[in-house]
Amino acid sequence: MASDKPVLDISNLHAGIDDTPILRGIELEIPAGEIHAIMGRNGSGKTTTANIIMGHPDFEVTDGGVQLDGEDLLEMEPWERARAGVFLSFQYPQAVPGLQVGNFLRKSVAAIRGEDEAKGTEFRKKLKNAMTELDIDRSFLGRYVNDGFSGGEKKRFEILQLMLLQPKLAILDETDSGLDIDGIRTVAKGINAAVRGTDSGALIITHYSRILEHVQPDRVHVLIKGRIVKSGGPELALELEERGYEWLEEEANPPNGNMEG
Amino acid sequence: MAAKEAREAVGEYKAGWHDPENATIRFDFGLSEQVVRDISALKNEPDWMTEIRVKAFHHFENRPMPTWGNMSMLEEIDFDSICYYLRSSDATEKDWEDVPENIRDTFDKLGIPEAEQKWLSGVTAQYESEAVYHSIREDLEQQGVIFLDMDSGLKEYPELVKKWFCSVVPYQDNKFSALNTAVWSGGSFIYVPKGVHVEMPVQAYFRINAKNMGQFERTLIIADEGSSIHYVEGCTAPTYSTDSLHSAVVELIALPGAHIRYSTVQNWSANVYNLVTKRGIAHENAKIEWVDGNIGSKLTMKYPAVILKGEGSHAEVISVAYSGKGQHQDAGAKIHHLASNTTSKILSKSISKDGGRGSYRGMVSVSPKAENCKLNVVCDALILDDGSRSDTYPTMEVANPSARCEHEASVSKVSDEQVFYLMSRGHSEEEALAMIVNGFFEPFTRELPMEYAVELNKLMALEMEGSIG
Repeated sequence: MASDKPVLDISNLHAGIDDTPILRGIELEIPAGEIHAIMGRNGSGKTTTANIIMGHPDFEVTDGGVQLDGEDLLEMEPWERARAGVFLSFQYPQAVPGLQVGNFLRKSVAAIRGEDEAKGTEFRKKLKNAMTELDIDRSFLGRYVNDGFSGGEKKRFEILQLMLLQPKLAILDETDSGLDIDGIRTVAKGINAAVRGTDSGALIITHYSRILEHVQPDRVHVLIKGRIVKSGGPELALELEERGYEWLEEEANPPNGNMEG
Repeated sequence: MAAKEAREAVGEYKAGWHDPENATIRFDFGLSEQVVRDISALKNEPDWMTEIRVKAFHHFENRPMPTWGNMSMLEEIDFDSICYYLRSSDATEKDWEDVPENIRDTFDKLGIPEAEQKWLSGVTAQYESEAVYHSIREDLEQQGVIFLDMDSGLKEYPELVKKWFCSVVPYQDNKFSALNTAVWSGGSFIYVPKGVHVEMPVQAYFRINAKNMGQFERTLIIADEGSSIHYVEGCTAPTYSTDSLHSAVVELIALPGAHIRYSTVQNWSANVYNLVTKRGIAHENAKIEWVDGNIGSKLTMKYPAVILKGEGSHAEVISVAYSGKGQHQDAGAKIHHLASNTTSKILSKSISKDGGRGSYRGMVSVSPKAENCKLNVVCDALILDDGSRSDTYPTMEVANPSARCEHEASVSKVSDEQVFYLMSRGHSEEEALAMIVNGFFEPFTRELPMEYAVELNKLMALEMEGSIG
């Protein structure tokens, strides 16, 4: 079923918020089965990129396009994007008091994968296996969505949703932040299980290379001031770890201001 | 756009149809001493009841309107254009087959006979002023449980009724308890003998069908020592452009060790004034719980109350209120700790949307002689848009220093980030709002019988429809 179109195709994407430009011409392609990482400092536009792919209403796209498997995402409402196969693991997942985790998972699987996928023993088995994989206790299902969750619990819950929703494109926004090393290993296992050996693609957004030791990316892109200034293999993440971002910032903004230089 | 406007005009209300009026007896509009006497005569009541009615009528006439709640809406009530008694069926039937067809269809549409078969111990269905259907499971009857409509209760058990009628809510309590006492008709009369536990709930359903109707049911529940009962009531009415008035009085008596739970899901159409007095007395170690949901009506003023009269008694009032366009829900609770070692808990949740207004009005008091009382009050409000309003009027009068009082209040708004999060999981904006709203009401819905909880969730999802601009 592999299509020849990339899972995600971003071309010349310009976007901002309240007339302030944030993204200035992003180009990015993720072929089926690949995991890519976007790295960059705070404020470089990483989370904005994730939000725009998911359709956050605060951001305005001023130019360029975003396609999922050849379909134009920018025309769709956020829930239509989710149903088309986009998943975002949030940096700050929202609490919904009174909404039970088990109920929410069932409703979300029904909305995205269809009613039939959300009932019966098959669903329960899948749910149980995913929870075991992520080291999540059964009692979790009776709690309220993200309400009173620790940082680590929130991140595990995001990955649990990822495993059940089986999206075409998984975007993981700072999934490693707030996790200890065991937590990182556990969520990495979940990400690998959801993407490796499938036709899906994943985009990992992070500013440390820690998680990339456990989820080996096929490509690493460096985002500076709303542009991808450098792309490379997994070794680029290690280089950034050693050298920081300054040398790339200089490349992106030559000191003499001469763009041709 | 036209469809949206049409929907706004009639609201999302799903119980708003009406039957043709087939009154067998219909009083002229307006109220006088003669009307009160006529109602009593029609019912062949004992003299003492006629006298209470007449006294209550005069009290009603002289008593000014409440100076709180929503005074401008109260002033709009035109007592002269209300019909105070209307009977559509000549008898209270024990078999749905014998209920006049159009009335039976209405209750069918509301799902009452179906619910009765599945999960209820007994049902009273009131249409306008009188009960049209009434039934109780035989095994309960054999155990001595009395479950009747109030008029039959007065006929068959006059001494019991005389002893307790107006003992918890005197007619002088407020203007509307006086009105109810003057013109009451229908409602439930329940007596549960010592030590009997009624396992499945009994239900009363109140339906107003006619325009400009006044419905004044009167309910009296006596749970004898060590007994227990769960009573549930529902109510709906057609949507009309003119107003109707629903003004009930409910009196509960929980004798030592008894447990009464009284659950309501009020879903009147947006042209009904709902001005109700509900109060219970809890004797030693008794427990009274009001589970009170207010979804419909134009103006509701209702504060279920418990008087903790006996040592070790306990009161709980869990309520939710939803105020949409043009609605004001002024609801809350009152609890009076008169005895030592009594405990109480109030949980109030209100949602306002489309310019609706929700108010929590509460009063908790501890008398000087009541030692070691515990009180807990929590009120949460959720506001869905900028034009809507929420107010809190909590009062605590604690005259004994040994009392332990806790009070928490919160007001929150639905955040865009919350909605976006849910949308990113495949749920439309309306579905996302319904999830947030139902989650907010969850501490209430989990106290309801499952069938009611499902119904309430559906109702709220319906309220969220067409709400996205």
